[in-house]
Amino acid sequence: MTWLAVLLCAAGCYLLKLAGMSVPSHVLERPLVRRLADLLPIALLAALIAVQVLTGTDRDGHPALTVDARLAGLGAALVALLLRAPFLVVVFVGALTAALLRLA
Amino acid sequence: MAEPLDPGRRRQIVSDGIAVSVATGAYGVSFGAIGVGNGLDIWQTCAMSLLVFTGASQFALVGVLGAGGAPLLGAASGLLLGVRNTLYGLRLAPLLGWRGLRRAAAAHLVIDESTAMSVTRESSEAARVGFLTTGVGVFVLWNLSTLIGAVAGDALGDPRDYGLDAAVGAAFLALLWPRLDSTVHRLVALCAAAVATGLVPFTAAGVPVLAAAVVALATAALRRDREAP
Repeated sequence: MTWLAVLLCAAGCYLLKLAGMSVPSHVLERPLVRRLADLLPIALLAALIAVQVLTGTDRDGHPALTVDARLAGLGAALVALLLRAPFLVVVFVGALTAALLRLA
Repeated sequence: MAEPLDPGRRRQIVSDGIAVSVATGAYGVSFGAIGVGNGLDIWQTCAMSLLVFTGASQFALVGVLGAGGAPLLGAASGLLLGVRNTLYGLRLAPLLGWRGLRRAAAAHLVIDESTAMSVTRESSEAARVGFLTTGVGVFVLWNLSTLIGAVAGDALGDPRDYGLDAAVGAAFLALLWPRLDSTVHRLVALCAAAVATGLVPFTAAGVPVLAAAVVALATAALRRDREAP
């Protein structure tokens, strides 16, 4: 049963990925779809940042909002961006800040 | 699509992709350890990273199994979370411009990170480089580290000790930054982050990001109404 679940999940997840990649181009040229394509990455990236930085688990292992060194890392990355640092520096500053805070 | 990519720019996109791959790939260790810790064997755990290859769905399936849930319910929650990859594909397909077998192969690499590292690029060529570097990089490292995690458990230590969890958030912020160039874009980003944050305590991993896509959808629909005469 576990194998069945693994393989069903694999097949389904692949088909979901392929479905998005296979939408015909004339659909993508419609104005609504084009506006959506412009806004979707912004919404997804913003949400991914929030989830990535603020999600932890409570005592029962359920997802919960958590404030920890990651938020400080994000703050440091923001400062680096305001100082026009290149991408890798931004990422490194974020990681280093979090790692040092956890050492402290 | 024919414009050549400046070699310096290409190197930059490749190194950005590798940086994200290393930070993300390291999390495969925790998936490997969690998979084996939740009653899967090493083969099943590794098969998931190879074949499902989308983190949130993998953690969801393993989480349901570990909590004693029905395997098919676990597969269903994995699928629900995989829906956001369909949305990613919508944006990626015209940008990458691949067809046939190449598109079918690329589809397997459509995940949060490969999308994030390509949708913001200035040209089709730059998007392809970002997508392939990150997609292949995460795939290789995610699978290697899953195997390591499944075999070694958590004796290797926590990727959080190296700040790798914060690195991923910082990378996404750096990618979002140049796109916050208008009031609408900034508002969409703020609303999406707020919606996702608000849903974190009440939903399974992956759902908050999916819900944030609704913010983009609603804004796109409302803007049409405003533009109409």
